[in-house]
Amino acid sequence: MNKHINLEKRRQAIYGWLLLSPAAVLLSLFAFYPSFATFVSSLFSKKTRRKPSEFIELENYADLFADPTFWLVVKNNLFYAAITIPVSIAIALAMALWANSKIPARGFVRTAYFTPTVLPMIAAANLWLFFYTPGLGVLDQIGSLFGLPSVNWLGQPETALWAVIIVTIWKEAGFFMIFYLAALQTIPEDLKEAADIEGCSRWTYTRRIVLPLLMPTTLFIMVNAMINSVKLIDHLFILTKGGPSDASKLILYYIWEMAFAFFDAPHAAAMTILVLAVLCVVAAIQFFYLDRRTHYQ
Amino acid sequence: MTNAPFVVMKAVAKRWNGQLGVEDISLDIDEGSFVALLGPSGCGKSTSLRLLAGLEIPDEGQILIDGRDVTTSAASDRNLSMVFQSYALFPHLSVAENVIFGLKVRRVPRAERAKKMKRALQITGLEGLEHRKPGELSGGQRQRVALARAIVAGQRLCLMDEPLSNLDAKLRNSVRKDIKKLQRDLGITVIYVTHDQTEAMSMADKVVLMKDGRIQQVGTPDDLYNRPANTFVAEFVGAPPMALIQSSVLGGFDASLTLGLRAEHVSIVSKGEGQLSCTVSEAEFLGSETLIGLSHEGTVGLSVLQPGLALLDEGTTVDIAFDAANLHKFNQEGDRMSEV
Repeated sequence: MNKHINLEKRRQAIYGWLLLSPAAVLLSLFAFYPSFATFVSSLFSKKTRRKPSEFIELENYADLFADPTFWLVVKNNLFYAAITIPVSIAIALAMALWANSKIPARGFVRTAYFTPTVLPMIAAANLWLFFYTPGLGVLDQIGSLFGLPSVNWLGQPETALWAVIIVTIWKEAGFFMIFYLAALQTIPEDLKEAADIEGCSRWTYTRRIVLPLLMPTTLFIMVNAMINSVKLIDHLFILTKGGPSDASKLILYYIWEMAFAFFDAPHAAAMTILVLAVLCVVAAIQFFYLDRRTHYQ
Repeated sequence: MTNAPFVVMKAVAKRWNGQLGVEDISLDIDEGSFVALLGPSGCGKSTSLRLLAGLEIPDEGQILIDGRDVTTSAASDRNLSMVFQSYALFPHLSVAENVIFGLKVRRVPRAERAKKMKRALQITGLEGLEHRKPGELSGGQRQRVALARAIVAGQRLCLMDEPLSNLDAKLRNSVRKDIKKLQRDLGITVIYVTHDQTEAMSMADKVVLMKDGRIQQVGTPDDLYNRPANTFVAEFVGAPPMALIQSSVLGGFDASLTLGLRAEHVSIVSKGEGQLSCTVSEAEFLGSETLIGLSHEGTVGLSVLQPGLALLDEGTTVDIAFDAANLHKFNQEGDRMSEV
């Protein structure tokens, strides 16, 4: 009898490992190993024709910390994240609340909001390039109606990063809205009715009932938005290429430049590792701190 | 108690895209009474309740609560509370927060809130569970939280939409008694929607039986059981329901009548002495008695109750007898004919 149970247990264990292995193999091959290899290469110096690569401990990291461009890029990226994350979440929530209410043409509204997400980033960036074009662009044309002077939104350091931020928000809000919409539909109708009978205003209902029930979704979206803020740089290639004078350069773009424009793989690797470390820490804080204050159904 | 009814519905109708919701609902409800809206699913009983609650606005008619016309008022202005079928508890709030949610919204001072909550929890036997979330409670406990939330504000009118349908049979029995006691102790008016006639008959002072969006009969449980207004009521109320017999089968009546007969008025007699000779179609042992289903051409739902275990084989022929005084007479339209 006992032997039989042991056999069954082992069978279950093997079964479990078999189910896990495809994902585990692919992840190891394409995520864990590259991360580890990146870490290793960040500890070696750049290989040139005259000098072979050698182990230099954390010198690459020290170089980065001494590089003013690196700090500028970090500052840009923090600013970019600090604006895009809360704003796109707030807009997504507002749109979802609206698209979830009983309005005519609800399907149309939802589709319209979701369209930016469906567009490839490169196409979207080209679209916005046209909006921003000085003189010809939509923004300037509208501005000229009111007698405003032409502005080169992408060409001046003061506005370039803002222009990029707006494109990101426009692109992400619709995507996050879908998650909020899905979550809103899991909230039973009769909670609203119960609140109505108690004389609860729409605003109080949203604040006291809907928002807390949406917390798990908000948490998920926050982590995603944070990752996107370092991950999404496609539009930089089209819109600004990080310029002017690095005003709109973000970390991943800088890493790409370091690796494929300056051919300095070790420094790019070091920067990648820093980004990974920061992302891990922030995600952990979000999950462990906010998770405890979140109600899961 | 005043003479004017507490809740009045006057010729209320609600339709959806031309489809029938409810039609011509007129109802007077006295203060302090327990009224059950009874009917099969889709009969419009929940719609009627939602109209009263202000969750739906009627297309026609008028609704008065406590002498005030509330036909188009918002739910919150009607001074009533409601228990939902799903309980509609806020899942992220604790029991205590759920109960005082409404008081908080209405800005009742903290001390009074605490006092009222304590009393509501005491009445519903929820003390000690204040800090649990609804997800950590059993079905019966959740039901009591919904009740506590309904009574905490001290509203005089409480609407209940099938509050027991998510409980198991045993719990349902005890909660039924609790609700009835609660209603009596607090002296509140309860309007209670159910599809379960046992609930309606055992709890209500007045039962409103509905079908296809219309009221079939309003009356005491005694009225509905002993004086059904039409054949639908006769067949709906009672377990087993009233048997319907075409008058031509029995003879001695006008040919187009339908006659109703309750199982307890039927007895099995020896061959040749009964009014009707039937075939046994089924026999069900219920414990204290045995229900024997009978079939005969021109009859529906004919049955007889025998004390104790008295199973009969299917297909057996038996003779039955009954007193003609116990027959209910319905005309061709199925409406009750006044007793002559």
